[in-house]
Amino acid sequence: MPIKFPFSRRAAPSDAWTKCPSCDAQVFNKQLERNQRLCPSCGHHFRMSVGERLDLLLDRESFEERDAGLEAVDRLGFHDDRPYDDRLEASRVKTGLRDAVVWGTGTIEGQRVAIGIFDFRFMGGSMGSVVGEKLARCFETALAERIPAIVVSASGGARMQEGTLALMQLAKTTAPLVRLDDAGVPFIAVLTDPTTGGVLASFASLGDVILAEPKALIGFAGARVASDTVGEEMPEGFQTAEFLLTHGFVDAVVPRPELRSSLARLLRLLPVAAVDDGAQTTPPERPWGPIGALSGLAERFGGAVSETIGIDVDQPPADGNGRTPAAEREEAR
Amino acid sequence: MSDAQTIQRAGPPAPEAVEEAWSRVQLARHPQRPRTLDLIGVIFEGFFELHGDRTFGDDAAIVGGPATLDGVPVMVIGHQKGTDTESNILRNFGSPHPEGFRKAQRLMRLADKLGMPIVTFLDTAGAFPGPAAEERGQAEAIASSIKLMTGLQVPIVVVVLGEGGSGGALALGVGDVVLALENAVYSVISPEGCASILWRSRDEARTAAAAMRMTAADQVDLGVVDAIVAEPGEGAHTDHTATGKALRAAIISAMRRLSGRETAELLATRYARLRGLGAYLETGAASPARPEVPSLRRRIGRILHLPGVPRRPRWSEIWPSNDTDDDNERGA
Repeated sequence: MPIKFPFSRRAAPSDAWTKCPSCDAQVFNKQLERNQRLCPSCGHHFRMSVGERLDLLLDRESFEERDAGLEAVDRLGFHDDRPYDDRLEASRVKTGLRDAVVWGTGTIEGQRVAIGIFDFRFMGGSMGSVVGEKLARCFETALAERIPAIVVSASGGARMQEGTLALMQLAKTTAPLVRLDDAGVPFIAVLTDPTTGGVLASFASLGDVILAEPKALIGFAGARVASDTVGEEMPEGFQTAEFLLTHGFVDAVVPRPELRSSLARLLRLLPVAAVDDGAQTTPPERPWGPIGALSGLAERFGGAVSETIGIDVDQPPADGNGRTPAAEREEAR
Repeated sequence: MSDAQTIQRAGPPAPEAVEEAWSRVQLARHPQRPRTLDLIGVIFEGFFELHGDRTFGDDAAIVGGPATLDGVPVMVIGHQKGTDTESNILRNFGSPHPEGFRKAQRLMRLADKLGMPIVTFLDTAGAFPGPAAEERGQAEAIASSIKLMTGLQVPIVVVVLGEGGSGGALALGVGDVVLALENAVYSVISPEGCASILWRSRDEARTAAAAMRMTAADQVDLGVVDAIVAEPGEGAHTDHTATGKALRAAIISAMRRLSGRETAELLATRYARLRGLGAYLETGAASPARPEVPSLRRRIGRILHLPGVPRRPRWSEIWPSNDTDDDNERGA
């Protein structure tokens, strides 16, 4: 009978190294993890998981995931060489995610934002109903709480297995941006490798500011689809972050080590517009001192304290379901 | 959903479904199918075509201008395919470049300014994917068209005439009422494109067409299209005038329903329509980082860094890059 070791051999030799696609160097995976997934010899930006992206961009322990329970359903009964449900399950097992986007609220150098982040490993980061719904809720929360919205994209486009329902997510994710415009709430798009198809043809192209990571593939049509349709080879580098910068479609190409500080600077330079008529939903500044601390506590415990001690507590805004974060916490228990 | 249905839905499309879907695709692409300009002549009076995006050029793959519908001034915009080789080259087979979408936006803004309702016609295999289109911002042009349409303060009626091909169709396709001709199709990607990605062979286009459920009837079922307009005889190509008359009646009736709405109600209803599209399950599952029992001791312990209280894991430990990328999983 084979002896089972308590610690599994996670790093099999073949998994320990990755070949850099830019300079062909063999990179030790642990080194990649420590180095923000940048190639130590040429600086190539490897793709990041949503978890790595969260740690890169947000203040430690500030992120609260929202709508973690949203799950895709196979509305079309889609089957190519295997059913859509099987592909979903395979991606769930591979990534530990429920779909290709995670969204929530957090802080970047202390500035609160609503942020959605794609993970390309989940079915190529493709946008189906769950991704669209999560991003729409992300924008709607940014609107309700009057905090900036950020989306970090890495996607092949709309999810074919959901047919036109996936196509309609282009409109679903774009419609709230009109409301952000009217309300004076900024939206920053961060395009990472790759951002193509329907994701680029919707919210990702509509950031008030658009940042991109170096050498990221960014384009409307995949090079293969393009050369199939047009019948000519595409010029080298015509769908890169740098190409879009020179043609005026992104504001800056920002290397990964500077991404967090660049976002923080932009957030400071582009504040949410001041509200002039007091009728808006902006919560009042929390009073400073012992009362403030009490009300802070009250907020933490779902507002129950406020009645007992009779002070006015900021009511945390409801999310897309009409549930308050407090109610969500309750559910989580 | 019963188990029987689940089992039934798990398989590849049935041969009948493949035949049905492919025959609709063929009809939607029929060379004699009435084009936007053919139908404008039947549906509207006094159409005056306007040209150019005022930035780069004029794209003949999209046409538009003011006309009257039953005496009411409206703005008409649509994709325009050709009817023969020469006109198809002029019209780029109905596949717009960015300047086409920007011309459409310009005309929509004019309609918005003057309070004119908008009627759009969709008939494109998709936005053109060439390098020139990329260079001039094809994705941005589509995205900004979609955004503009979601916020226009005038009623919008959309008609899917033939091929509703992906983002290039949706760029003119955001509206308050979406109608489709009986043999029109609407899809997230062309069946050939879908087949070449998921089946790795363009020859499976028929199967892909059925799998994507792209017929007008399927689109009504999915909520993407509101109503179907019946075609005469064997299809719209057999009688352009009858097709136009049927569409005219449907568009007038849709406009009448919309004309009574206040602007705020119109925009709220349009927003709700878009927000409601899609299918997902709302499970109550919590984020993996959220501990099962967030006890008070743990919370305080973490804040004060007490020994024996486990720290919260980093997000990169919960969702690490533990796998190589699978390039077979692609989107459109």
